[in-house]
Amino acid sequence: MAKTLFEKIWDKHVVKEIPDGPSVLYIDRHFIHEVTSPQAFKGLEKRGLQVFRPKQVVATADHNVPTLNQHLPIKEELSRIQVQTLTENCKKFGIDLYGLGHPYQGIVHVIGPELGVTQPGMTMVCGDSHTSTHGAFGAIAFGIGTSEVEMVLATQCLMQSKPKLMRINVDGELKTGVVSKDIILYIIAQISASGATGYFVEYAGSAIRSLSMEARMTICNMSIEMGARGGMIAPDDITFDYMKGRTFAPQGEAWDKAVAYWRTLYSDADAKFDKEINIAAAAIEPMITYGTNPGMGIGVTGHIPALSEIEEKEKPSYEKSLHYMGLEPGANIKGKKIDYVFIGSCTNSRIEDLRMVASFVKGKKKAAGVEVWIVPGSKQVEQQAIQEGIDKVFAEAGFMLRQPGCSACLGMNEDKIPAGKYCISTSNRNFEGRQGPNARTFLASPLTAAAAAVTGEVTDIRELI
Amino acid sequence: MSAINTVVSSIVPLPIENIDTDQIIPARFLKATSRDGFGKNLFRDWRYENDSEAQPKDFVLNNPTYTGKILVAGKNFGCGSSREHAAWAIKDYGFDVVVSSFFADIFRNNALNNFLLPVIVSEGFLQKIFAATEKDAATQVEVNLEKQYIKITTTGEQESFDINAYKKTCLLNGYDDIDYLLSIRNDIEAYEAAK
Repeated sequence: MAKTLFEKIWDKHVVKEIPDGPSVLYIDRHFIHEVTSPQAFKGLEKRGLQVFRPKQVVATADHNVPTLNQHLPIKEELSRIQVQTLTENCKKFGIDLYGLGHPYQGIVHVIGPELGVTQPGMTMVCGDSHTSTHGAFGAIAFGIGTSEVEMVLATQCLMQSKPKLMRINVDGELKTGVVSKDIILYIIAQISASGATGYFVEYAGSAIRSLSMEARMTICNMSIEMGARGGMIAPDDITFDYMKGRTFAPQGEAWDKAVAYWRTLYSDADAKFDKEINIAAAAIEPMITYGTNPGMGIGVTGHIPALSEIEEKEKPSYEKSLHYMGLEPGANIKGKKIDYVFIGSCTNSRIEDLRMVASFVKGKKKAAGVEVWIVPGSKQVEQQAIQEGIDKVFAEAGFMLRQPGCSACLGMNEDKIPAGKYCISTSNRNFEGRQGPNARTFLASPLTAAAAAVTGEVTDIRELI
Repeated sequence: MSAINTVVSSIVPLPIENIDTDQIIPARFLKATSRDGFGKNLFRDWRYENDSEAQPKDFVLNNPTYTGKILVAGKNFGCGSSREHAAWAIKDYGFDVVVSSFFADIFRNNALNNFLLPVIVSEGFLQKIFAATEKDAATQVEVNLEKQYIKITTTGEQESFDINAYKKTCLLNGYDDIDYLLSIRNDIEAYEAAK
């Protein structure tokens, strides 16, 4: 029978089916971090349990770590206790931890792929909704809550109902200045912040196939922002080239065997999807969000929808959103002044993102009054940037290169955008208060963010390249 | 955890769409290492002005007219982050049921794992609940899990809701998934051996 990519992997991982209920799904790899794991370990201890398969768990500290002076003890007491608790739990339960100071430390969704832990055909979970990132390798990867973290620690399994399947085909060539972040912001703007709820999404089509692994990760990362449980892309030579030789990737004969299996991971020609969407790559402009959910996005030359373009029953939520953002319905977004630029997060903090920004800003300076934070996704990304001299390009432009972590994406540590200020951000969420109480977020690509850093306002990157 | 079956209560209406988990509990309050006490920061930035202790009167949780064990919210409730702290905060505040026309998947699972019942109603029925409460804030709503219906007691209007049979049994009896998964450890080991 013809199967989708998703079904090929799912079917191989079902331990048991419960009649009229969920399936028991086996989990190959489990990432944990300091914020959503402590209560799960407490639960295990309360039940007197050990971690069932500690070698299938990988831990890092990312959400709550400072991005300056990481060699010093964490100043904020609650954050310090949370990070220490992770260290103690990993030690007690025999889990490998890439914590602060470790050369592998970084954002969980950046380090998994760069270490080769993330592999095609796997089932992977983490107590973080952006676990969908790993789907870029042709894995079933999704975010879970803390009770589920406890289940996986205790049994390496989860109770899951099979989601519906959606395929989004993006075909054709991207226009100049348009990158993968624009593709995913465009898709979310088309189908809304809840348009894929209940679905697992496969991204396909020639425009997707042409993307690098970093660019594919950006797309899969934001699947959750349209409600999808996860997103995935069939693995191919681009995937295998990226993975080969990475620390935890298979080596030698095992590698050849793995690749032979991975080559079978694609949706069969006559496989059925519950929903299919087709998008022309040429229709996509550099994108930017204007509202308080990631579905509220427009082309950078477009206008914020006027009230007359909004459905009656959605008007109260829409007006609340624009009021928060301090924007007028019907206005242009281009030319809007910004105060902060944040280039980072599990969406866009990989070496390719930093290179993209550096190649644009080389020889340019940031606009007066604008603060620019570049937060690399991992120690390895940071090291690579220094080796390539990208750190000097940033320094000359007046951009601040900080240390790895989730940082201002969610403002859990001290990296917060002040109340009322506008931040153009390469992260994934523009929710109210996400980057700090009353902070205002415009989501965009690293290129569009870099352009704004130089001009001090929302800018069409195509006018500068 | 304690089982749930029937809840009869007045409701707290929150007719806003796409309420994300950053609104339910902002990230800066996720630094705890226990599950307790999140209720005091539920909807923190809507309940308190500019991160101060001042409570704006126009937010529904600050309005003593509206109380109850049932939170009723606009569609796509709980979107965003996977933080289970959102479900903990709602439960800790004192709600046993959340009603919406649409829930984000991860939030729904988290709610079920914490014996906070997510009830999905039609958009039309959701509006009827809001209308009934606007007319009379004391309007009682009955949620019956065993029989799978939700009813506005003053008007008698009701609607049935879906929940999978396995989860329903868990909620009615106070079982959780870990108990079940631990009971099938032999199956899990057999699966690993065959892999």
